[in-house]
Amino acid sequence: MNWGSPAEFFAMGGYGLYVWGSFGVCALLMIAEPILVGKRRTSILRSLRRERIAETLDTQ
Amino acid sequence: MSNKIVNWFKYASPQSFYPVAGKMIPWFWVLAAIFGVTGLWISFFVAPTDATQGEGYRIIFIHVPAAWMSMFIYVVMATWAGLGLALNTRLSGMMAQALAPTGAIMAFLSLWTGAFWGKPMWGAWWVWDARLTSALILFFLYIGFIALQAAIDDARRADKAGAILALVGVVNVPIIYFSVKWWNTLHQGASVSINKAPAMATTMLWGMLIMALAFWMYSIAVALTRVRAIILEREAHTEWVKELSEVKQ
Repeated sequence: MNWGSPAEFFAMGGYGLYVWGSFGVCALLMIAEPILVGKRRTSILRSLRRERIAETLDTQ
Repeated sequence: MSNKIVNWFKYASPQSFYPVAGKMIPWFWVLAAIFGVTGLWISFFVAPTDATQGEGYRIIFIHVPAAWMSMFIYVVMATWAGLGLALNTRLSGMMAQALAPTGAIMAFLSLWTGAFWGKPMWGAWWVWDARLTSALILFFLYIGFIALQAAIDDARRADKAGAILALVGVVNVPIIYFSVKWWNTLHQGASVSINKAPAMATTMLWGMLIMALAFWMYSIAVALTRVRAIILEREAHTEWVKELSEVKQ
């Protein structure tokens, strides 16, 4: 174990800004990307379902 | 022999690839989570403090995996693009298109974490050094590929134009890789290479390799999810898409 206390862990031996600035942005993008891709899927599925309903209405 | 070729072409059709990808995605997320948690734990709690760089060196655990993935994804993307040009298979262009944003994010992360590492160690966020400049060009190649495809309305023509850009740009990948050997750069040489023992502590090396696996599994999971969305978008007017259970509900 490298750290005596949580404060020491967050300070990263004086490199806190650089270490957390790197890991933070990495985490942010890797959370945002799957959410955006999920939204892209939801939106195409929604329009496909709408088209399907429109087609069944046309044939009636 | 001929049977094998037939099988490959079977999975090159969006219709048969769509359900296969759907089944694979959860497994890649599970692997990404397992490797990610293990890798982060090693990065912060197992790997010792570096003798010269203190705790600042821990950026390596995301910098190197992101840089590796940015180059690897580019090669895979160019391969799919080239296959699409040569064989005219529909799925190839969709795969290339699905990989580009993930590759661009990896390229951006390698530059961003590199800047946050360079500032405390070299005293500069950025220098026009061969390694950094060629990595920046890789990021621009991804952006160029995405922009070019977005600018062309016809998907098949966009695939062809993108493929040529991707194939021309692939020359940049070996330039990035060997830049630290060919030029006198500020960036350090490779810590890990095939023909010599790694120049770093074992726990640091393992942490980096496991984090690289986590990035790899993440990239596959997110690219497969994206390619499924692209398949639905491009095949929206086909019968098989209309018959999908997720569309029928």
